[in-house]
Amino acid sequence: MSDITQSGPVLAADGKPLKHSLNRALRRQKMRAMALILPLLAFVLLTFIVPIGQMLFRSVQNDIVQNTLPQTVIAIQDWDATSGEAPDEAAFAALAADFKIAVENKTHTRVGSRLNYETPGISSLFRKAGRKAKRWDLETDGPFKEQFLDIDEDWGDPAIWRTIQKFSPPVTSGYFLNAADMQLGDDGVEFRPENQQIYITLFKRTLFMSLVIMGACILLGYPVAWLLANLPSAKANVLLILVLLPFWTSLLVRTSAWKVMLQQQGVINDTLVWLGLVADESRLVMINNQFGTIVAMTHILLPFMILPMYSVMQTIPPSYLRAAKSLGATNWTAFWRVYFPQSVPGIGAGSILVFILAIGYYITPELVGGTKGVFISNRIAFHISSSLNWGLAAALGTILLVAVLILYWAYDKIVGIDNVKLG
Amino acid sequence: MAASNSNDAFVEFERVQKSYDGETLVVKDLNLTMPKGEFLTMLGPSGSGKTTCLMMLAGFETATHGDIRLGGISINNIPPHKRGIGMVFQNYALFPHMTIAENLSFPLEVRKLGKSEREEKVKRALDMVEMGAFGGRRPAQLSGGQQQRVALARALVFEPELVLMDEPLGALDKQLREKMQFEITHLAHNLGITVVYVTHDQTEALTMSDRVAVFNDGVIQQLAPPDQLYESPDNSFVAQFIGENNTLEGQVKEIANGIAVVQLDDGELIDCKPVNVDKPGERTRVSIRPERVEYNKDRLSDGAHTLKAEVLEFIYMGDIFRTRLRVAGNDEFIIKTRNAPDQVRLQPGQQIEIGWLPEDCRALDA
Ligand SMILES: Nc1ncnc2c1ncn2[C@@H]1O[C@H](COP(=O)(O)OP(=O)(O)O)[C@@H](O)[C@H]1O
Ligand SMILES: [Mg+2]
Repeated sequence: MSDITQSGPVLAADGKPLKHSLNRALRRQKMRAMALILPLLAFVLLTFIVPIGQMLFRSVQNDIVQNTLPQTVIAIQDWDATSGEAPDEAAFAALAADFKIAVENKTHTRVGSRLNYETPGISSLFRKAGRKAKRWDLETDGPFKEQFLDIDEDWGDPAIWRTIQKFSPPVTSGYFLNAADMQLGDDGVEFRPENQQIYITLFKRTLFMSLVIMGACILLGYPVAWLLANLPSAKANVLLILVLLPFWTSLLVRTSAWKVMLQQQGVINDTLVWLGLVADESRLVMINNQFGTIVAMTHILLPFMILPMYSVMQTIPPSYLRAAKSLGATNWTAFWRVYFPQSVPGIGAGSILVFILAIGYYITPELVGGTKGVFISNRIAFHISSSLNWGLAAALGTILLVAVLILYWAYDKIVGIDNVKLG
Repeated sequence: MAASNSNDAFVEFERVQKSYDGETLVVKDLNLTMPKGEFLTMLGPSGSGKTTCLMMLAGFETATHGDIRLGGISINNIPPHKRGIGMVFQNYALFPHMTIAENLSFPLEVRKLGKSEREEKVKRALDMVEMGAFGGRRPAQLSGGQQQRVALARALVFEPELVLMDEPLGALDKQLREKMQFEITHLAHNLGITVVYVTHDQTEALTMSDRVAVFNDGVIQQLAPPDQLYESPDNSFVAQFIGENNTLEGQVKEIANGIAVVQLDDGELIDCKPVNVDKPGERTRVSIRPERVEYNKDRLSDGAHTLKAEVLEFIYMGDIFRTRLRVAGNDEFIIKTRNAPDQVRLQPGQQIEIGWLPEDCRALDA
């Protein structure tokens, strides 16, 4: 009792401050909770957060030039790129010295490839110079300007030096500019020549086709979800199995099945020709283009639209529709004014799910997209595994990530993310 | 409002049957006629087919057989939205994405009323249920009782002549329920509307209705005003279902002058009013209301049959005393007596004699 009347902190039974005891008790609880989620946390950190961070970093990372050609970078720091002439002997001597070390470490070809992304041709210049530089003696073999020009005239081209100078800082916007079909020209940022612009078109196409696929999924999925939610449970379960059936077959099998269906000698064309709706010479081209990608992806992503819609619709009691009708609404009015608004959260959840899955989809467009129906992710895959331009792949990936986040934010502003329900 | 034709049938069920699965009849041969302005309650245990009857009337279920008429016109083929019947649902079914005012405005909008007219009617309806200040709120922001009032206002705002209510007070606590019972009856009588009210609560049915239809197993067991239902149940289901009731089993000895002599299973004889028995030898279940049992010898008429009873328990309930007796082998025989100054308080273990007027003791079906 005396605890209460005395001033100062309230004490626990053992005489220590009550706050202290409480904190200790809570800390133990928190530690136990942490221990339980620790494996998951570690897993997410290792497989998700770290790679994404690395990707974000790689899209601007450019320390290779500085690391491999440190002396050159310093020597051409003050060279006037607009002078129209190659730098003087000092720069060439520094380059020779850098080459000597780089060749030993076999890193000169890597810088070559890196700079080749910016100015085609550099890669071979570097390789040729590397072969010679191995045998040079830095003390005696000068002047190196002539030596380099001997190997290849192009060493006298200021464009080469401009590229080295432009990409000598450890951080670059080059990958991002490239991903947006732009480049760092002589007078600042400019668009690439028309015939080299591909990524903006690809981004636009990816967005547009993802939206079309999402729309198709809404239109096809809504009635199915409605049926599922309103059938007696025995029948609804059978239907649900049909909806989930695609999940039981491999993605590749499903996509290949669409190839069989849609190709010019395929089932659909054969049927149309047989019915006389389409002439044999003018069979429809439905695969290896946007149409094929949209059809196949709509089919694959449909369950992701139906399931959230279904679980939301299940929570709408049938008495609302009855109430609306008893108040004098026709079937359509009752649906549109009463049922539909309540099912919007399901549509929202399904749309976000389908859109985000679609925008990053890779396998299906790769298999049935041809050239006109591929997505940005196919290009990213190309840079990851074929052209090995990981920096550009990372920049493209980052732009995609940001685009999704912006769309998500916009959705939250317009519809409200609270309005998304998964059940 | 319709005093001149108040005896005309307004709502009619004629030989209506309903089956959901084609095997069992949920509603069996329902015949019911209601005049305009009547407050009729369908009362019965859960699963007895009350909601089904209401849904057939509202048009959400079709009758498997028979005819349902409204104002003399068969409505079997009229879709629900053209029937113009107001309805209050058990869970209120207020549209959660609309405000209260929008909810009330909805039936007026679909009837293409002008904006000013709508607003005026909505306001009047909300004021009628004392919810005028809540028009801008959403249903989720109201308490259960308030939602109930809004649901009522919404069912009345488009001025239907017939209003159906399916256990509208089921989710409210006892006090609020009693208040709303009172208000609904008043509203119904003031507006002159015809109401079909469904409940499984017999007190509610007795206090609110002009007539009560007691349902069991898809059949109306008795259709009568509340007092008749309570005092003269037609069969033992009704007697058991409505109010508290004592039953004794036995066999009819003789029937004469409107009085049946029944020999109880332990051999004693009592006088009863024959209701569902018509010849000696029949098994019967005798029903006596607890408040009609008398143990004060002075108040019993001479020559009345009496039974020996042993007091098992005495419960003081404030306004009344409730005493449990053992009578003719039945341990659950209850008597209720008013807490009057001269009333005797019985003690457990006491041996008494009980009796009643023959007309209060009804010999029903076994
Ligand atoms: N939609 C339905 N489908 C099949 N059987 C139903 C349906 N609705 C009610 N029933 C059955 O009909 C019987 C009566 O139900 P109901 O009319 O709801 O009774 P109450 O309202 O008196 O509780 C019950 O046995 C119930 O199981
Ligand atoms: Mg019911």
